[in-house]
Amino acid sequence: MATPVLEKTEPAGSASAASPYITVTFRIRRFNPEVSAEATWQDFQIEIDPKERVLDGLHKIKWDLDGSLTFRRSCAHGICGSDAMRINGKNRLACKTLIKDINPEKPITIEPIKGLTVLKDLVVDMEPFFQAYRDVMPFLITKDTNEPTRERLQSPEDRERFDDTTKCILCAACTTSCPVFWNDGQYFGPAAIVNAHRFIFDSRDDAAEQRLEILNDKDGVWRCRTTFNCTDACPRGIEVTKAIAEVKRALITRRL
Amino acid sequence: MKIHKYDTVIVGAGGAGMRAAIEATKRSRTAVLTKLYPTRSHTGAAQGGMAAALANVEEDNWEWHTFDTVKGGDYLVDQDAAEILAKEAIDSVLDLEKMGLPFNRTPDGLIDQRRFGGHSRNHGEAPVRRSCYAADRTGHMILQTLYQNCVKQGVEFFNEFYVLDQIITEVDGVKKSAGVVAYELATGEIHIFRAKSVIYASGGCGKFFKVTSNAHTLTGDGQAAVFRRGIPLEDMEFFQFHPTGIWRMGILLTEGARGEGGILRNKDGERFMEKYAPVMKDLASRDVVSRSIYTEIREGRGCGPEGDHVYLDLTHLPPEQLDAKLPDITEFARTYLGIEPYTDPIPIQPTAHYAMGGIPTNVMGEVLADNTTVVPGLYAAGEVACVSVHGANRLGTNSLLDINVFGKRAGIAAAEYASQADFVELPGDPEAFVVEQIERLRSSTGTERVATIRRELQETMDANVMVFRTEQTIKTAVEKIAELKQRYKNVAIQDKGKRFNTDLLEAIELGNLLDLAEVMAVSALARKESRGGHYREDYPNRDDVNFMRHTMAYREVGADGTESIRLDYKPVVQTRYQPMERKY
Repeated sequence: MATPVLEKTEPAGSASAASPYITVTFRIRRFNPEVSAEATWQDFQIEIDPKERVLDGLHKIKWDLDGSLTFRRSCAHGICGSDAMRINGKNRLACKTLIKDINPEKPITIEPIKGLTVLKDLVVDMEPFFQAYRDVMPFLITKDTNEPTRERLQSPEDRERFDDTTKCILCAACTTSCPVFWNDGQYFGPAAIVNAHRFIFDSRDDAAEQRLEILNDKDGVWRCRTTFNCTDACPRGIEVTKAIAEVKRALITRRL
Repeated sequence: MKIHKYDTVIVGAGGAGMRAAIEATKRSRTAVLTKLYPTRSHTGAAQGGMAAALANVEEDNWEWHTFDTVKGGDYLVDQDAAEILAKEAIDSVLDLEKMGLPFNRTPDGLIDQRRFGGHSRNHGEAPVRRSCYAADRTGHMILQTLYQNCVKQGVEFFNEFYVLDQIITEVDGVKKSAGVVAYELATGEIHIFRAKSVIYASGGCGKFFKVTSNAHTLTGDGQAAVFRRGIPLEDMEFFQFHPTGIWRMGILLTEGARGEGGILRNKDGERFMEKYAPVMKDLASRDVVSRSIYTEIREGRGCGPEGDHVYLDLTHLPPEQLDAKLPDITEFARTYLGIEPYTDPIPIQPTAHYAMGGIPTNVMGEVLADNTTVVPGLYAAGEVACVSVHGANRLGTNSLLDINVFGKRAGIAAAEYASQADFVELPGDPEAFVVEQIERLRSSTGTERVATIRRELQETMDANVMVFRTEQTIKTAVEKIAELKQRYKNVAIQDKGKRFNTDLLEAIELGNLLDLAEVMAVSALARKESRGGHYREDYPNRDDVNFMRHTMAYREVGADGTESIRLDYKPVVQTRYQPMERKY
C-alpha cells in the first residue's frame, strides 16, 4: 500500500528560515472488523515539529490524511487517561509523549494497549478493566452510625500515607503492561490494586479487611511477579509495584 | 433504534453530572449518558481548589464570599444565586470530604485552605484563605471521588453515548421536555431516552478557540442541542481567558502558582503587573491580568523571537515548595517545554478557559424558556448552565464549587419533579433530525473538510473575539463564521462506517461549535461596553445604565427557513450590593 504523505503546511515566505519540521513515519496497527477480520500495519508520513506530541501526529493523520483512523483522546495533557497506547513497544499516553523523545529517525510504531479486546484501530474494550476496579470497592466505607457534622479529622502524615495512589487516572497503562494480565485477564491487575491501596491505607476508611480479602483471591495480589512493568508504564509516576508490595505485606501482617 | 425509559436522564458525567447523579439515583430511576468514560471529563483538569468559607485557618464567612463573587463578576452576577453558592459551599466541601475526598490537611487535621485571586476578607480588605485544595489536582480528586460514589451507589452509566438532540413536546401550549436522542459510538445505533426529567451537565465549549485549556471534547453539545430547540442562551459573550496557559499549547498552569508567590515578567524581566494592579499585582482578577499580558505583548515587551508571550517566574521559590504544592504544573513545564521551573521561567500566554454564559436556569437548576418561564422537566448545571453565579468574570475556585452546589440542587429537583410527573408524549418521529444529520454527513460528497473549517474558526475566534474586541474585529468574526457555516453544509467525512465513527462525531461537534461561536460573536457585538471578560476597546468602560442586564440569545427561523439570532435582555438580580467601581 502506498504511504500517504502529508505536505508541509508552513506559511509561504518562511522557506529560508530554519524549519522546525521533520518527516516522521507513524506505523500504526489498524483494525476495523467492518472492513476486514485481519489487523494490518499501515505507514503514514507526516511533517511534524519534534517538540509536538504523538497525539498531535495522530491528529495530523486523522484530520488531513485518513479520517477513519480511530483513537480515544480528550484533555491532551495527561490528566484524563483516554489515550494510553503502545508506542514503540511501551505503554504511554500519546499526549504525554513528545516525538523528539522516542527517536523519530525510525518509524514510530503505535498499537493498542495489550490484553483488552481491540474494537477498532487503537480503541480497546475498557469494560473488563473498569470491572476489576469496581470489584475492589473503590470508595470510602466507614462504620460511623452518625455522620460527623464537620469533616473527619486526618493528620497531614495520615493523608500523606496514601497520596501516591490518589494520582491514578485509570488510563490502564499499568494493567495492560503486565505480563500476568496478558496471560490471564482474570487477574485484577495493577490499577485495581492501586485503587484498593488508596482506601486500604486511608485512615478514615474501615473496610481494609474486606478489600484485603478480595485481593487475597487466586486472581488477586499474589499473581504479581514484580516485573516493574507497571511502575515503568505509569504516566503519573505512581510507584505501582511498591503499592502492590504494601498490599501484600498488609495481607501477611494484617497490620496497616 | 432502541427506546429506553427512565425517570431522570443526566447528560454528561463530569463533576456536575455525577454530583446530580448521586442525588437523583437515590430518588428516581436514573441514567447517565456520557460521550466519554466518566473519569475522562475535564473537571479532572481543574487544579487550584474549591472555595468555601470554612474558616478553618482564619476568620471567614459566606457573606464575604458572596460579595467577592458579585464583585468578581463585575456586578452582572445574580446576587440571590451567589448567596446560595457561598452559603451551600460549606456543606458541599464537607459532603465531598465525607465521600472520601483526600483534601490537604492543617496540622490539626482540618481541611487546609489557601489564597486565590479575588477572594478577600471583609469586602476586599486583604486576601483570605478560602480555597480548599488537594495539591494542584483538586479537580482530579473531585472527579475521582464523585465517580467512586457513583460506583458505590450503582449509578447506571451509558458510556460513549453522544446526546445529539433534545426532544421537546408542546402540551397545552407549554413546552415540556420529553427526553433526548443519543448516538452510541460503539455501534452507530440511535437511542431514544424517554425521561420525565433531563439534566444537562455536558460542560463548556472552549474548543472554538485555538489556544485553550479546554479538552478536545469540549464542543458545547448540550448548549447547541437545546438552542436548536428554541431555548435561549444567556451571556454567551462572557468567556474567561486564564492568564497562564503554556505558550502556544494553552495547557493550564494554575493561578495557585501565583498564589504561592510566582511572578509574571516581560522580556526586560520587569514585574509588569505592578503597573496595572498596584495592590494585588500578579493576583488581580483573571480578566485584568490577561489584558495586562496582552498589553505588554502589543507594546513590544513580549518574550521570545516573536515577542508573543511573557514569563511565569517560579525560580525564586524553594524547590521543596514547588514539589509539595505545584507538582503537576511543574511537571507539565518539564514534559511539554523541556523547561526546569526550579531554574528557568515558563513561557505563558492567556488561554481560553471558561464560558460564564450558557443555558439559563433558576437556582433550582430549572431551564428557562425566556426570562421567567420554566421548561418543565428540563434542568442544567455546571459550565453548560448560566445561573448566573459568575456574571461577567468567574473567580478562581468558584467553578468546582458551582458544579457541586448546583449539580446537587439540579439532581434533587429533577428527581423530585420526576416522582410526581408523567412521561411526556414523544413527537411523531423523534429521531428524524439526528437520522437526517448523520445520513447527510455520511453520504456527503462535498469537498470541505472538518479540520480545515475548525482551524479557520479557531483562528478567527483567537484573532477577533479574544481578550480585546472592537466592533470591527467582532464583525470580521461574524462574517467569517457565516462563511464557515455555509461551507459546513458542504463538509464530507471519510469514515462511512457505523463502528466507533469518531470522524462523524467530530463533524457533528464542529456544527455545534459553529452555532455557539455565532451566538457568542453576535452577543458580543451588541454589548457596547466593557465588563469582566468582555472588553471592548471602542467602549472601554462599564455602562450600568444601558448594559446592567443579561443577554438572552434566541434562534429564530423565518418563514423561508432562514436562521437568525434574536437578542433580548433579562434583568440582573440585585439584593445586598450596589454596583461599585471594581478595583483590586
